[in-house]
Amino acid sequence: MKFTLSWLKDHLDTDATLDQVVERLTMLGLEVDNVEDRAAGLEGFVVGEVLEAQKHPDADKLQVLTVNNGNETLQVVCGAPNARKGLKGVLGASGMYIPGIDMTLKPATIRGVDSNGMMLSEREMGLSDEHTGIVELDADAPVGEKAVEVMGLNDPVIEIDITPNRGDCLGVRGIARDLAASGLGALKPLGDGPDGRVKPMDGVFDSPIDVKLDFPAGAESACSQFAGRYVRGVKNGPSPKWMQDRLLAIGLRPISALVDITNYSTWDLGRPLHVFDADKVSGDITARLAKAGETMLALDEKEYALDEEMCVIADNEKAEAIAGVMGGLESGCTEDTVNVFIESAIFDPVRTAQTGRKLNLQSDARYRFERGIDNDFAVDGMENATRLVMELCGGEPSNAIVAGDGPDWQRTLDFRPSRVKSLTGVDVAKDEMERIVTVLGCSVDKSGGDKSDAANWKVEVPSWRSDMVDEACVVEEIIRVNGYHNIPHVSMEREDALPHAAVSSALRRRRGVRRLLAGRGLIEAVTYSFLPAAHAELFAGEGGVPDSVRLSNPISADLDVMRPSLLPNLIAAIGRNDARGHTDGALYEVGPQFAGDDPDDQTLVAAGVRSGQAVARNWAAPARAVDVFDAKADAIATLEAAGAPVTNLQVFAHEEGGPQWYHPGRSGTLRLGPKTILANFGEIHPGVLKKLGVKGPVAAFEVFLDNLPAQKAKKSQARPLVKLSAFQPVERDFAFLVDASVEATNVERAAKAADKQLIADAKLFDVYEGDGVADGKKSVAIQVTLQPFDKTMTDEEIEAVSAKVVASVKKATNGELRG
Amino acid sequence: MSDIENLKSELLAQVEAADSLQTLEDVRVSALGKKGAITAQMKNLSGLEPDQRKAMGQALNALKGDVAAAIEAKKEAMADAELNAKLLSEKVDVTLPARPETEGFIHPISHTIEEVVAILGEMGFEVAEGPEIEDDWFNFTALNIPDDHPARQEHDTFYLPGEGTNGRKVLRTHTSPVQIRTMMNTKPPLRIIAPGRTYRCDYDATHTPMFHQVEGLVVDKSTHMGHLKGCLIDFCRAYFGVDDLPVRFRPSYFPFTEPSAEVDIGCTREGGEFKIGHGDDWLEILGCGMVNPKVLENCGIDSSEYQGFAFGMGVERIAMLKYGIPDLRTFFESDLRWLRHYGFQALDVPNMVGGLNP
Repeated sequence: MKFTLSWLKDHLDTDATLDQVVERLTMLGLEVDNVEDRAAGLEGFVVGEVLEAQKHPDADKLQVLTVNNGNETLQVVCGAPNARKGLKGVLGASGMYIPGIDMTLKPATIRGVDSNGMMLSEREMGLSDEHTGIVELDADAPVGEKAVEVMGLNDPVIEIDITPNRGDCLGVRGIARDLAASGLGALKPLGDGPDGRVKPMDGVFDSPIDVKLDFPAGAESACSQFAGRYVRGVKNGPSPKWMQDRLLAIGLRPISALVDITNYSTWDLGRPLHVFDADKVSGDITARLAKAGETMLALDEKEYALDEEMCVIADNEKAEAIAGVMGGLESGCTEDTVNVFIESAIFDPVRTAQTGRKLNLQSDARYRFERGIDNDFAVDGMENATRLVMELCGGEPSNAIVAGDGPDWQRTLDFRPSRVKSLTGVDVAKDEMERIVTVLGCSVDKSGGDKSDAANWKVEVPSWRSDMVDEACVVEEIIRVNGYHNIPHVSMEREDALPHAAVSSALRRRRGVRRLLAGRGLIEAVTYSFLPAAHAELFAGEGGVPDSVRLSNPISADLDVMRPSLLPNLIAAIGRNDARGHTDGALYEVGPQFAGDDPDDQTLVAAGVRSGQAVARNWAAPARAVDVFDAKADAIATLEAAGAPVTNLQVFAHEEGGPQWYHPGRSGTLRLGPKTILANFGEIHPGVLKKLGVKGPVAAFEVFLDNLPAQKAKKSQARPLVKLSAFQPVERDFAFLVDASVEATNVERAAKAADKQLIADAKLFDVYEGDGVADGKKSVAIQVTLQPFDKTMTDEEIEAVSAKVVASVKKATNGELRG
Repeated sequence: MSDIENLKSELLAQVEAADSLQTLEDVRVSALGKKGAITAQMKNLSGLEPDQRKAMGQALNALKGDVAAAIEAKKEAMADAELNAKLLSEKVDVTLPARPETEGFIHPISHTIEEVVAILGEMGFEVAEGPEIEDDWFNFTALNIPDDHPARQEHDTFYLPGEGTNGRKVLRTHTSPVQIRTMMNTKPPLRIIAPGRTYRCDYDATHTPMFHQVEGLVVDKSTHMGHLKGCLIDFCRAYFGVDDLPVRFRPSYFPFTEPSAEVDIGCTREGGEFKIGHGDDWLEILGCGMVNPKVLENCGIDSSEYQGFAFGMGVERIAMLKYGIPDLRTFFESDLRWLRHYGFQALDVPNMVGGLNP
């Protein structure tokens, strides 16, 4: 919403300065977005009159002007084609800064002729891009007067952001009313009628055009009131300068008096209008719903296809306006219009918004209707428009036509003055409360009794405040006008002296995982929850990406599906970094993935990728590419940090149910029991990397935090008693010959199981295939740690346990002790 | 006795002169061995008179001890010298780089959320979470944003094709549905904060289609707008680490609060440098208000008994302001250089008593 300071003062009687107005507006919730002082930097330019214009003796396109600046005459060399004798324009003298071309004028000699000034174009003044000629001022502009005065630029333009609830402030008058309530002046009466309303005009004939509201039952609200008037014998032409100046100031292009009047009413009073060329209206006017297949050519010269939910203003033949959105081109006013029909109607906010959205058609009228216009102002708006038409264009008015009673807007709110203090902590005297709501247009009935503090007032809401619907709204109006700076600062008190945990155990777990992974050298990324469908498909598992997670209105084709996994975005990020020459990236993310659109389909995952070299080239040790075991270590460490029972984890190879985006020979899953998958880990399938355009290798893991056993609330922080043996552990190495297909973990597990009391650990430390080992076999070496608790072990006892280990491994894997 | 003195000086001289472990051993044998000089003299003791024998015996024992100690000391000195020589031969170039390690970092969004939780946790707030694909009702209707309300259009909602039991599926446009779910499932008094991902269909220099919010909610019988002001001013000052940070409340509008406010903090752009604190300018950082009674009723809370406040702020926005990050979009680009520069160390855990702004 834009307006100028002088425009505001049409409605507000105030001595306030621009700064005071701006400050107050913001503190009233009418946030000032911008103040444009268009005169700034242009104050020195004056109205200059061209007394003589001679052709330059030595240049075809230049003229030598003699310009009167009010005090003296200056010689100015000028190249503008419109420079001519008698023209009044904007004169800049030597020494002045010309903002549009960023230079300071100096006396100059142009092709041998002295030039002591410059006649300016709009572009040179910094006002617009207009540069086809110099500015032409009115013939009666006083020579020597400041150009900004004459051009109407000395009126600062204020732009404010209006929140969607304040349709009443989409007119200058509404803003003035709020300022008046806050004590910054008094609201001037709008017209000479009772209560300052616009005085109805007496018609001198009956309108030849009648108005009907014709809606099916239930749709009457589409147009609940239509106030119209026929004015005959008007003469359209340019609107007066004051009106053009204001429209230009707020960025509207003056067109003709009749059109400008409708725009002016929209911005001045928040009252959109339409003015039909009555001679182009066939028969009577009907407000009705559009017919299926009906179309209309609108003022923006586009054809719109209407549907049966949309409200139109039609004549006997066709739709002539899309109600509340835009008028039709054919019945619009032109320079030749002599008879007009003024429409000031009330259209339903919701239907208007829907219509505009369906047609993708925004307009100043729609903007106001959908936010709610004054529900008791259609007739006043029509009267005000009639007055302006007659002032600007002459003509004779018909009797007014009013169809419909308007919406049922009257509302009385119960309000307890005590509620101001209890809801906001602010002390406001009751008299002040009453003053505020009254100036805002409410009427207050205190007959409910004013004795007890809890006593109700009845507050009647004015017709322009459809946003005020309950007691809290009244409280808000009072403290808003009273000033938010008067709200006290009361610090929060907690119930107990010490703070309690702010995070759940699941959240604490997640934080631990983040810190662990960062500690392991991975960098946390936050990537979008959506991604290209083609990427998603690579990570979607069986059945592909479900339709339920495909966005209906993606912001781009690249972000059209909710992610089924965190990996594709992380891998893509690795690829982007790679492309910039930053290789060997290690990234992780902790966030949601989506298997469907149900809340339960959203699961929390910690995923990470390592790419390129796990150990970079260095002098001390060989470089090494990332591989499945980097990912496995990350996965297990993550699970441990998350509190998973890692000693019970089972490792499954890819062929036992691993996801397709991993390398089929170099990936696996970590599970609790055969079904509960806690993590995937492994090298990413080279085919997948290729499709993502990423150079490998990439090792990745996904830990499914929601699949972890829930952490039970502990009754005590005490840990189980630690068992520390006083006796030295004994370590024994074994090498077994097993079939090459035997999984290493089976050897370890069998060895461990040989004696659960004595064997503390069994760790694989070597695997060998090749010379000395038969084809199809491998040698697996393990170190078994025996830990006695009651006495030192004798050689015989050690031998006995060793024999058990050998037997157990043989039984489990058919492995033979290697000689 | 002078014989003994002579022997002692002779033996000690031999010890001193020994230049290898072997010569030292030879000296030991020649002095203390079975056929050694001292041993030989010991053997002669039996032929002496008792009183002479006693004196001589003591002297010989002392000699034996002195020589043995000297040999031992010499041995240690020689071992030290040998070790020293060995160690010197092991010298490396200590200016060589250490073995390569990679350093990980925490993303500024995670860090900032933890900072917010650390501050508000001290005020008694607990973290709540909820789904990011929401039913229309939780995201809009329950929050007093009816269909076709202009406020709903301003949300630039992402839609999904499905229908939930409570309306069309949307990506939540704010974390407010978490407030709704909490109010429906928990009896007041309530003090929660809801951090998380939010989505709006908008992309330009200052908007990304996904961003993060932290929202707060208090519902009880007595919390009023003064508490809201206190809570947020205290928060802003703690978060930005400016004790006297100017904080301004301006009236605004949100369908789910009434009265509503936007909150500005003081700042200055003097000399082209942006700084938070006292200055001639204001910067909007969050929105808030008293929970609209309709929202309470929508969640089954009696609005004649309960009231409270809610607020919401953009995590990236406050992170950008505090840490001087110029561009919102860079948060989601996963540029390793950016992450290393703006990220936080793994063990940098925000908390109030540890000092939030060291």
